[in-house]
Amino acid sequence: MTYATQRTSVPVKVDEDKCIAQKGCTVCVDVCPLDVLAIDMVKGKAFMKYDECWYCLPCETDCPTGAVHVDIPYLLR
Amino acid sequence: MKTIEMETDVLVVGGGTAGPMAAVKAKEKNPKLKVMLLEKANVKRSGAISMGMDGLNNAVIDGHATPEQYTKEITVANDGIVNQKTVYAYASNSFKTIEQLDRWGVKFEKDETGDYAVRKVHHIGTYVLPMPEGHHMKKILYRQLKRARVEVVNRVVGTRILMDSEGKAAGLMGFDCRTGDFVVIRARAVILCCGAAGRLGLPTSGYLFGTYENPTNAGDGYAMAYHAGAELANLECFQINPLIKDYNGPACAYVTGPFGGYTANNRGERFIECDYWSGQMMWEFYQELQGGKGPVFLKLDHLAEETIADIETILHTNERPSRGRFHEGRGTNYRQKMIEMHISEIGFCSGHSASGVWVNERAETTVPGLYAAGDMASVPHNYMLGAFTYGWFAGENAATYVGESAIAAIDPAQIEAERARIAAPLGRTDGIPPSQLEYKLRRMANDYLQPPKVTRKMELGLERFGEIGEDIDHLTAADPHELMRAMEVQHIYDCALMATHASLFRQESRWGLYHYRVDYPERNDDEWFVHCHLRKTADGRMESIRRPVEPYILPLDEDEKTAYQRLRIVKQAATA
Ligand SMILES: Cc1cc2nc3c(=O)[nH]c(=O)nc-3n(C[C@H](O)[C@H](O)[C@H](O)COP(=O)(O)OP(=O)(O)OC[C@H]3O[C@@H](n4cnc5c(N)ncnc54)[C@H](O)[C@@H]3O)c2cc1C
Ligand code: SF4
Ligand code: SF4
Repeated sequence: MTYATQRTSVPVKVDEDKCIAQKGCTVCVDVCPLDVLAIDMVKGKAFMKYDECWYCLPCETDCPTGAVHVDIPYLLR
Repeated sequence: MKTIEMETDVLVVGGGTAGPMAAVKAKEKNPKLKVMLLEKANVKRSGAISMGMDGLNNAVIDGHATPEQYTKEITVANDGIVNQKTVYAYASNSFKTIEQLDRWGVKFEKDETGDYAVRKVHHIGTYVLPMPEGHHMKKILYRQLKRARVEVVNRVVGTRILMDSEGKAAGLMGFDCRTGDFVVIRARAVILCCGAAGRLGLPTSGYLFGTYENPTNAGDGYAMAYHAGAELANLECFQINPLIKDYNGPACAYVTGPFGGYTANNRGERFIECDYWSGQMMWEFYQELQGGKGPVFLKLDHLAEETIADIETILHTNERPSRGRFHEGRGTNYRQKMIEMHISEIGFCSGHSASGVWVNERAETTVPGLYAAGDMASVPHNYMLGAFTYGWFAGENAATYVGESAIAAIDPAQIEAERARIAAPLGRTDGIPPSQLEYKLRRMANDYLQPPKVTRKMELGLERFGEIGEDIDHLTAADPHELMRAMEVQHIYDCALMATHASLFRQESRWGLYHYRVDYPERNDDEWFVHCHLRKTADGRMESIRRPVEPYILPLDEDEKTAYQRLRIVKQAATA
């Protein structure tokens, strides 16, 4: 079997100017119930790795710098 | 794949609502015990109350309601198929739980005299206590977990109960969804608090995680209890909710009802007397949609500006705060437009309906050493306060049980079998990704199980599920995260089979839309005034059995019995 990669527009956006993951912050990754956020080790910034979001908002609410913005996933909007 | 072994006295699985309470109360009961709370997410923000709650839906507070009255109302709302003892145990302890939460710092609405400001939403009694400042539930629970010195283990997914040679629960197996390590935890009692089966049907949006329920609740608790040999009750009494279309969360009539909001048809007219969620209410909702008077809406546009502003503050900061964002995107301002509603996908949930792992009034399942509480345990309409109250029962009773019971030998073969089952998707380089299998499975659940239930359709559903079952042996996972989805989809598969099996077994219609069978459209008390339980037989088959309804401790009079069958407004007068 072979696999295709399908592009999806993810609902969570991280403002890289505000994100301080390079200083060791992982708050959004820690609190996300679905475990869909991750830190890009090269950039030192958080990002949405899996398009599996409950649009519940802990990531946005708990981020210490206000870097996270959650949109309603496109299919529901 | 490394194996990590741990040991504790009481193991609580699921750190959402019931779980933290169970863990704290087990520790308070016997501080010498080791108590571990295991969570597949992170207890700081896990479960249905991740962002708080906007109210208690079933507060039984002296001066407003009595445990007797509440028990009767839930009996009627469930068409009589209720173990009243379990509901009464909740109702009698409901206020004690509220006081405990209040002392811990949860804020409830009070009137000028300091009395709880309870509101009427149900058909008969008054039980809804608003929590406009209920955002911080999880923080408050976390503080209590620390204070009680509960050992918290995050990001470990439970997959099977460990059993000893005498058939008692002896721990749990699972894996770490970050590292993929296999985890074996030995325990002397296990409390399952894994929430509803919220990923059974597919939301109409097609988005797998656009569910009503918190999607980490994939039915794991139901599947684990089933494979441990526990009996499950009333699974055919599905959870189906009236929700904001597409957004798929509550709109929410419980909050807005006391302010004057109501459910309306496309003419803006009220068609049900009561917005409290029940099978009968969903039946009327469905009739309105089918009868050409849909869509159905939540109507607020007639309310005063200050009222609407209050409603916005509550609904857009609490529980599902993103609903404000959704309405904004659609241009729905409560002042001008009604909110379009729809019927949700199917699921199992006792918190809202009655489908759960059978428990008695002590939160014991039919398996010794195995307890269950919250949405996955069979006490009907238990909601958040019921999850806390039964979590409390489970924690205390498990702590007592641990003092009296020893674990017999454990057959290592079950551990090796589970290790191999978990390792399999990671080991396959070729096969089906979990997201595709899950999409297909849940779409079939919609096609064949969404009420009205048709015998022939459900039989076909079993055929399709059988084919998908064979595909499980071809699941692949690219990383530990995908492994989590691969194991969850197997829980969903078990739930789909259980839902079909249970629905075919009960040959009558009951609970309004929840179990409306086209081939048996009438309620048949002569033959089916029983609980239907489902369990796994020793040789691995799925079996349904009838269990008599326990004698009522609070008999109903004739008028009460039919109260929930009269929800439709008889002559629709034009509403003011
Ligand atoms: C959107 C919404 C609104 C609601 N509104 C209200 C309301 O206003 N008032 C009210 O009284 N009730 C309300 N309820 C119901 C109430 O929230 C629930 O009844 C209650 O919170 C259920 O508690 P629980 O402990 O059973 O489940 P949860 O709190 O969901 O906890 C279950 C936990 O188990 C974890 N878990 C699941 N599987 C595993 C596994 N395999 N291994 C490890 N961990 C696992 C999950 O991650 C989760 O954290 C609402 C529910 C929802 C979804
Ligand atoms: S919480 Fe905010 S600052 Fe921290 S890693 Fe996430 S986005 Fe960056
Ligand atoms: S909204 Fe919820 S599910 Fe989505 S990324 Fe944020 S915390 Fe995770």
